[in-house]
Amino acid sequence: MAASSYASPAEKGWYYLHRFICGVVLLFLIAPILIVIPLSFNSIPFFTYPMPGLSLRWYQEIFTNDVWTSGLRNSLFIGFSASLVATVLGTLAALGLSRPNFPWRPVVMSVLMAPLIVPVIITAVAAYFFYADLGLLNTFTGLILAHATMATPVVVVTVVATLAGYDHSLTRAAAGLGAAPITAFFKVTLPLILPGMISGALFAFFTSFGETVVTLFVAGPEQTTLPKVMFSGMREQISPSIIAAATVLVVFAVVALITVELLRRRSERLRGIR
Amino acid sequence: MALTMGSMSGSTVQLPLRTKLQRVERRRKLRAFALVLPLLLFILITFVLPLSRMMRSAIHDDTLSLLMPRTTAALRDWDGKELPEERVYDALAKDLKRAWMEKTVGKVSLRVNYELPGAASQVKSSARKLSGLSGGPYKAALIGISPLWGERDVWGVLKRGGSSYTGFYLLRSIDFEYNANSRIVASPGEKAIFRDVFLRTLMISITVTAATLLLGFPVAYLLAKLPPSTSNLLMIVVLLPFWVSVLLLTTAWVVLLQDNGVINGILMSLHILSEPAKLLYSRFGTVLAMTHIQLPFTLLPIYSVMKSISPSHVRAARSLGAGPFYAFWKVYFPQTLPGIAAGCLLTFILCLGYYITPALVGGPGDQMISNFVAAYTNQQLNWGMASALGAILLTATLLLYIVFNKLVGADRIKIG
Repeated sequence: MAASSYASPAEKGWYYLHRFICGVVLLFLIAPILIVIPLSFNSIPFFTYPMPGLSLRWYQEIFTNDVWTSGLRNSLFIGFSASLVATVLGTLAALGLSRPNFPWRPVVMSVLMAPLIVPVIITAVAAYFFYADLGLLNTFTGLILAHATMATPVVVVTVVATLAGYDHSLTRAAAGLGAAPITAFFKVTLPLILPGMISGALFAFFTSFGETVVTLFVAGPEQTTLPKVMFSGMREQISPSIIAAATVLVVFAVVALITVELLRRRSERLRGIR
Repeated sequence: MALTMGSMSGSTVQLPLRTKLQRVERRRKLRAFALVLPLLLFILITFVLPLSRMMRSAIHDDTLSLLMPRTTAALRDWDGKELPEERVYDALAKDLKRAWMEKTVGKVSLRVNYELPGAASQVKSSARKLSGLSGGPYKAALIGISPLWGERDVWGVLKRGGSSYTGFYLLRSIDFEYNANSRIVASPGEKAIFRDVFLRTLMISITVTAATLLLGFPVAYLLAKLPPSTSNLLMIVVLLPFWVSVLLLTTAWVVLLQDNGVINGILMSLHILSEPAKLLYSRFGTVLAMTHIQLPFTLLPIYSVMKSISPSHVRAARSLGAGPFYAFWKVYFPQTLPGIAAGCLLTFILCLGYYITPALVGGPGDQMISNFVAAYTNQQLNWGMASALGAILLTATLLLYIVFNKLVGADRIKIG
C-alpha cells in the first residue's frame, strides 16, 4: 500500500509518520538482540562499542569450562526427555480434542492450557513444595516431570492446529477399506500430522531448554541447566561468556524457528492445501 | 412411546435407531475422552495437585498444634485478658522440654517468630534453660528466664496455634495481623509492605500493557495491510523476540542498560549525558525490558483480528463521504477491539507474574509480587507467607484467565 496519488497532504503526512513509527518499533524489537550478539566476540570483558578486537575466547570458555558443558549436557538430556513425554501425551490429547464429538471441550482445553497462563513462579513454588513432600526435589525425574508439564500445552496447541486442517474422511476411507483403527492411524493419520508433531516436539524442547524459574527451585546442583548457570552468573557479575552462551541459544532458537516454518510448508504441501 | 417400550422389552437386539445412534455417539465421546485422559491426569497430578497443595499451605499450619500439644490444649479456655495460670506454664515447660529433646524446638521458635519477630532466640534459650530445670513451679521461673513469657502476645500466638488452620499468612499479605486478644488489626508501618507491592505489581503491569498496545497497534496495522511477501519478512522481526526465552532477552537488556553499557556509551559519546545514567536496577529499565518482551504477545492477537477485517468496510465508509480518519475511527477501529482485548488481557496476565526481569533489571524498589514469593521460599524459608502471597497472585490470575476464556477462548491461544 503506497500513499495514493489522490491522498490529501494530511493523509500523506500521516502515512509517512505511520511508516516511521513502525520502523522505530520494529527496530526496538530486534535491536537489543542484534546489538548484544557481537559483544560476545569482544576481546576484552567490556560491553561497549567500539570493540578493541575480536576473539573467540568466551566461546572457548563455554565449550571447555565444566560448569558450562555439564549445564549444556543436562539441558539437552532434560529437554529431550521432557519433550518426549510432552509430545506423546500432547499428541494423544490433541487427537481426542480434534474429534468433532469431544465432550466439554472448552473446560478441558482451559485446564490443559493453564500451565501457559499461571505465573511461572507459582508453578515453581508449588512444584517445590510438592516435590519436597514426595522426595523428588533435586532429582532428574522431578525436573523432567516439571518441564514436561510446562511443555504439554505447546504440543497440544501445535498438533490441534495441524489437525484442524486434517480431512477426517481419510480415516473413514481407510476404515472403509478394511484397515483396523490402529493401522489407519499409523498408515494414514500419523504421516500427515507428523510435521505438526515434530514442530510441537521442537517447541516443547525449547520450552524446556529455555526454562529458568522452575529449574531454579526444583533442580539441585547435579541438575544445573544452562539457563540456571546464566541466571546465577548474572546475579553476581555479568561476564561475556554469558553473552556467548546466550548467542548460542539464540542461534538454536532461530534454527528451530526456520525448521518449524519449513515443516509447516511441507505439511501444507502434503495435504494439498495452498 | 408404548410401542417403543414394548419392542425394547420384547427383544434387546432390535433397538430403535435413535437409541443405537445415541449409543454409538456415547461410545465415540468416550473414545475421544480416553485419548485426552492421560494428559488430563498428568496435568492434574503434576500441576493442579501442587497448586492446591500450595493454596492449602496458605491457610494450613499445624506446627504448634503438633509440637506444642499440651500448651495449645491448656490455652483453649484462656480468655486472653490476664497472663495464663500456673497449669498452662506447666504444660509449656513440658512441651518445650520435649521439643528440646526431639530437636523440634527450631521449628516451634521459627513459627512463633513469624508472628513475633525476634522471639525465636528467646524460645530457643528458654527451652535450653528449661532442660536443666527439674521441677516447677514454672510460671515465675519462665518469666525469669525470658520476659517473653510475661507478656500476653506470645500466649495469643500459642492459643491460635491450637487450630491447624490460620488466617495469619493471608492477613499479613494484605497488611493485617492479630493483636494479643486475637483481634484483626492493621499491621504497624514497618511490617505493612505488601499493599505497596501489590499496587506496584499492578502499576507496572498496567504501564507495560498500555505501552505494548501503543507500540504494537501501528505495527499490527502495517503488517495486516502490507502484501504477504513483505509482511512475512517483517513478521520474523516480531516473532524472534517471541521465541527467544525471557532470560535471554533480559540478559540483553542487562548488557544494554549497564552503567558502562551500550546505551550509556552512546548517550555519552553524543554528549547528551556527562556521566552514566542509572538505567540498570531502575523502574524505567524494568518497564522498558518488560515492554520489549511482551510486545509480540499484544501485537499478534491484534494482527490476526486485523487480518480478518475486510478492507471493503472502510472503502464503503469513504465512498459514503467519511473522511479517512473518521472512517478509520468509526468503522475499522471498533472491529479491532476483540484483538485489543485479547492481546492486552494476555499481556496483563503474564505481566502480573513477572519474576526474572524485575529480579535482574529492577532495583530493590521494583521487585514485584513474584520476587517476594521467591524470597519467602528460598531465603526466609517462610512457606506460609510464600503460599499466601502466591495464592493471592494465583487467584487474581485465574479470575482474569476465566475472563480471557469467556472473551477469547483457550483454544484460540496460538504459538508462533
